[in-house]
Amino acid sequence: MPHKVMSDVVANLVSPPNTTTTSKPDVTILQIFLEFLLIGATSFGGGVVAYLRDGLVGKRGWINDQEFVEYLAISQTLPGLNATNMAVLVGDNLRGYLGSVVALIGICLPGGLLMSAAGAAYHASGNQPMVTAMLRGVAAAAIGLILATTIKLGKKSLAHAYDLVFVALTVYGVDKLHQSVPRVLVVVGLIAIFWYRPRKTKESVS
Amino acid sequence: MNQLLALIRVFAYLSILTVGGGLAAFPEMRHLTVDVHKWLSFVQLIHLYSMGQVAPGPNMMMIVVIGQWAAGVPGAFVVLLAFFGPTAILAWMIGRLWKHLENWPWRTSIERGLSPVSIGLLLAGCLSLARGAVTGWMTALIAVLVLLLLLLTKLNPAWLVLAGAVVGGLAFGPVKL
Repeated sequence: MPHKVMSDVVANLVSPPNTTTTSKPDVTILQIFLEFLLIGATSFGGGVVAYLRDGLVGKRGWINDQEFVEYLAISQTLPGLNATNMAVLVGDNLRGYLGSVVALIGICLPGGLLMSAAGAAYHASGNQPMVTAMLRGVAAAAIGLILATTIKLGKKSLAHAYDLVFVALTVYGVDKLHQSVPRVLVVVGLIAIFWYRPRKTKESVS
Repeated sequence: MNQLLALIRVFAYLSILTVGGGLAAFPEMRHLTVDVHKWLSFVQLIHLYSMGQVAPGPNMMMIVVIGQWAAGVPGAFVVLLAFFGPTAILAWMIGRLWKHLENWPWRTSIERGLSPVSIGLLLAGCLSLARGAVTGWMTALIAVLVLLLLLLTKLNPAWLVLAGAVVGGLAFGPVKL
C-alpha cells in the first residue's frame, strides 16, 4: 500500500494534475508571460492578489474563482510571497512548468527593474536632507499600509477566538522572546495544526 | 565571490521564512543584512522596504537593491534566484500534490493551523519595521491616518504612500514652512 501511494505521488509530480480535464483554455506561453508582465507592471500599491484576480479570473477567464481561492490558500500556507506562489501555481495549471517559469519572471521583472533603478538613485542621493525627509514619511505610511493589509487578511482567515491566541503566541515568540522565525513557526505551527487536527464528525460515527 | 555566496545563503534562508508574506522574514532580514553582514544600515533597510511597498509586482523586489549594493549586478541576480528559486520549486511541487490530497483530512488542519501563525509572523514583522519607522508623533500620525483611510475607504494605497512622502518632506525637510 505505501508503495502504491508513493508511486501515485511520483506520477502526480510528473504529470500536471489537470491533464484529465480538457476544459482548459488554449493559452500560449507568450500570452501567460505578457499577462503576468502586465500585472507585474501595473499592480501599484501592494495587493497584487486583487490585480491577479481581476486579470486571471475576470479579464482572461483562465481559471475560475474557486480555483483562485484554492491556489490562494496554498500560496498563503507555503513559504514564498503570495504573488509569486500564485504565478507558479497558475502558470503550471495553464501550461506546465514552463508556464510557471514565464509567469514568475513576468510578474517580477517590472518591479525588479524599477527597484534596481530606485536603489541606484537612492544610493546617489539618499543622503540629501529632502530625500531622507520624504522617505521618513513614506516609511511611516508604509507601516499603516502593511498593518491594514495584515488586518484585512486576518479578518478573512481567522475564524475562531483561539486563533488570536496563536497569533499572540507567534508575535510574543518572535518579538519579545527574540526566538528565530523558523523555531516559532515550527513550535506554534505544530501546536495550531494539532489543535485543528481532523476529528471524527457525528455523521461519520453514526 | 564570498559576498555572492553570503547573499545566496542569506536570501535562500530568508525565503523559507516568508510564510504568509515577505514581512514575516523582516526581523531576520534586519538581523542578517544589517547586523551580521552590514550590507546596509537599518534606516536604509526601512527606506528600501517602504519604497518596495509602492513598487508594482511582488512587494519584496527591494531585495534586488541589497544584492546590487553588496555585489553589483551579479549580486542582484543571485539574490533574485536565491530568494525566489527555492520557494517557487516548492510551490510547484506542493501545488501538484495538494490537489491530490483533497480528501486528506490533515490538509485542512494544516491550512487552518498555519493561518493564525502566518498572521502572527506578519504582525511581528510589522512591529520590527515600525520600531525604525515610527519615531515620533508625526510619523505615528501618518501611520495611523493611512491605516484608518485604508480600512475605511477603497483608496489606492499608492496615493497614500505618495501623500506620506509629501507630508514627510514638509515636516522633516530642510525647508521649514
